[in-house]
Amino acid sequence: MDLSYTAEEEEFRARLRQWLAKTLPGLPPKPSPDDWPGRRAYDLGWQRTLYDAGYAGLHWPADAGGRGATPTQHLIFLEETEKAGAPYVGANFVGLLHAGPTIAAEGSAEQRARWLPPVLRGQEVWCQGFSEPDAGSDLAALRTRARRDGDDYVVNGSKIWTSHAEVADWCELLVRTDPEAPKHRGISWLAMPMDAPGITVRPLRTLAGSTEFAEVFLDDVRVPVANRVGQENDGWRVTMVTLSFERGTAFVGEVVACRRVLDELAREARKNGRWDDTPLRRRLGRLNAEFRALWRLTQWNVSESQRTGGVPGVGGSVFKLRYSQARQELYDAAAEVLGPEALDLGREWTTDRLSSLSYTIAAGTSQIQRNIVAERILGLPKGR
Amino acid sequence: MDFQLTDDQRALRAGVRELLERRFGRERLRAAVDPPRDAGAESGEGSCVLDRALWRELGEAGFFALRLPEARGGVGLGLPEAVLAFEEAGRVLLPGPLVATHLAAGEVPGAATGECVVAAVDGALVEWLDTADVVRGDVTGAVALRSADPLTPLHRVPRAAPPDPVAALLTAAEQLGSAARTCELAVQHARTREQFGQPIGAFQAVKHLCSEMLVRVELTRAAVYGASVTGDPLDIAAAGLLADEAAERGARDCLQVHGGMGFTWESDVHLHLKRAWSRARRGQGAAAAEEALAEELAAAAAEPGR
Ligand SMILES: Cc1cc2nc3c(=O)[nH]c(=O)nc-3n(C[C@H](O)[C@H](O)[C@H](O)COP(=O)(O)OP(=O)(O)OC[C@H]3O[C@@H](n4cnc5c(N)ncnc54)[C@H](O)[C@@H]3O)c2cc1C
Repeated sequence: MDLSYTAEEEEFRARLRQWLAKTLPGLPPKPSPDDWPGRRAYDLGWQRTLYDAGYAGLHWPADAGGRGATPTQHLIFLEETEKAGAPYVGANFVGLLHAGPTIAAEGSAEQRARWLPPVLRGQEVWCQGFSEPDAGSDLAALRTRARRDGDDYVVNGSKIWTSHAEVADWCELLVRTDPEAPKHRGISWLAMPMDAPGITVRPLRTLAGSTEFAEVFLDDVRVPVANRVGQENDGWRVTMVTLSFERGTAFVGEVVACRRVLDELAREARKNGRWDDTPLRRRLGRLNAEFRALWRLTQWNVSESQRTGGVPGVGGSVFKLRYSQARQELYDAAAEVLGPEALDLGREWTTDRLSSLSYTIAAGTSQIQRNIVAERILGLPKGR
Repeated sequence: MDFQLTDDQRALRAGVRELLERRFGRERLRAAVDPPRDAGAESGEGSCVLDRALWRELGEAGFFALRLPEARGGVGLGLPEAVLAFEEAGRVLLPGPLVATHLAAGEVPGAATGECVVAAVDGALVEWLDTADVVRGDVTGAVALRSADPLTPLHRVPRAAPPDPVAALLTAAEQLGSAARTCELAVQHARTREQFGQPIGAFQAVKHLCSEMLVRVELTRAAVYGASVTGDPLDIAAAGLLADEAAERGARDCLQVHGGMGFTWESDVHLHLKRAWSRARRGQGAAAAEEALAEELAAAAAEPGR
């Protein structure tokens, strides 16, 4: 067990720190939370900056245009950018963290050449069209149909909760290509251009007041067969690859962010006198323990994937379960620190508290994660 | 960074597990809990008798001298290895003042080899006071308790000892081992016990209890192992908080999964729960650990430019 970093890793960290200190002050101001075109431009701009400096797709394999960095270097990258208060991946989330890695792992040479560089260069945004109104947790119950017609699939159906759909160029889309096959067998994974005729995007308002996700209606949308990643009807396996990326690495940087929020909570509490409240102070102390441990668990998982190579394992579910809960507890504590101001939408922690409510739902609910842990790690029998 | 067990560490863990399985398997545990009628009578500590032969065997295997430099007759290993050994001891509920004797190796003659049983004040309690050959700390005014943990005789003392981070870490490791064990016991039972025509483990209410147990174990493991590498007192405080929670909640949930069987003396679950409670009383306690961790936040917050 070794928590120290090698000389190369330390050097990488030092260079990155220097670069961040030089670069961050020159960034344009952040757009308002509801200005999605503005946020898209901002997030892509940051991605372009990373690309130009050689930091894009650090954890992607070199033959996919990435830097083939070790998981440890990726961890250092996430830690340092978060500590420095650099922009978050934002609208590039799906492309960089799971659609891209899935295409890198499962796509053909042409597909990799077509889709990966624009993600890394900050030119194209992806969204995830998995969930449907009647297929959320039971993802394989999806009904959106794709019928083959010559070199195209003709797609009909609808998707829901599609984050960033309004500003996306591409959608990783799950469709049913064989309605007769057993539920998990007749699915395919397509890359759908979001400007294709027949696509209607209707933004949905979240409880936080924002419009970050949307409903997507698909009406005779033509998607070239060449856009299918993996074999026809083998999309469920590809989906599992996507989901393990989503759960495996997607939340790493946020643990560091939570720790920063804790420091700020302490600062605020000392300012407004709440620090003298012993139960509250102890609660913050316990949260400190929690996020320290979550950071160690992150290091553990990263080291494990470094040893085994490849796709992160079900350990991601263990992490996600505890992290999503801890994040909600963090913002509940923030509300205690704020007192009456916890109801002021002008306070960042108030909106963060609202968004934290999605963490136990999005990317697989806590109940589903518990099923995964129980069945796939502990080997308990499947329920009926 | 390679935060995984090395091959040597895996081998050490396997070795300790093998020794403990051979020398302190389930029958030995149950025999220690329910000794033949008169065996424990003269010990003065109810049914608690320390197996001195086993103690010496642990000494020979290097359990106590693990961190003592080779030049001084020890094994020359570090905290990470000690944590792995204590985790195994926690799994099997190995009784005796293990932490105190381990900490005394190199200071109290005979402790390293297991010839001498050393007890110490930890928190406001002393374990195995009457059995020990040497007792460290101020035990004036010690009063015997009728210990709730059948395998840990306890005295309370008026003056608590100052907290020792290494003792706290080794205790956390024992809690981790116990939490991992109760998770296994719950899962074994949930796989085999049937109700309504299927294993109870197929019911989500049971399944989710088990998966939460595992989540607590894995998070605690990362915290305890991490603290053993850094030796940082705040890492240790954090690990201790999580370890106490994992062991106590784990044992409770395991009891629940066992149903009526879990409430019997025959089941091992209560032994884990009671030991988890007594271990949680060692050291500085949750409140002080939480205060220390809060203090760190305040210090960071006071530091300009962070
Ligand atoms: C902020 C946000 C962003 C999202 N972004 C995207 C996106 O970009 N792309 C996308 O495809 N999807 C996205 N989702 C959808 C998300 O993946 C689903 O909401 C989630 O999988 C749950 O599905 P559902 O909403 O249909 O809830 P349901 O499946 O209807 O679940 C409702 C409740 O029932 C419980 N439940 C369901 N089945 C079981 C079971 N077997 N055992 C126990 N309990 C069960 C659930 O845990 C939950 O509590 C997003 C969701 C949110 C909140």
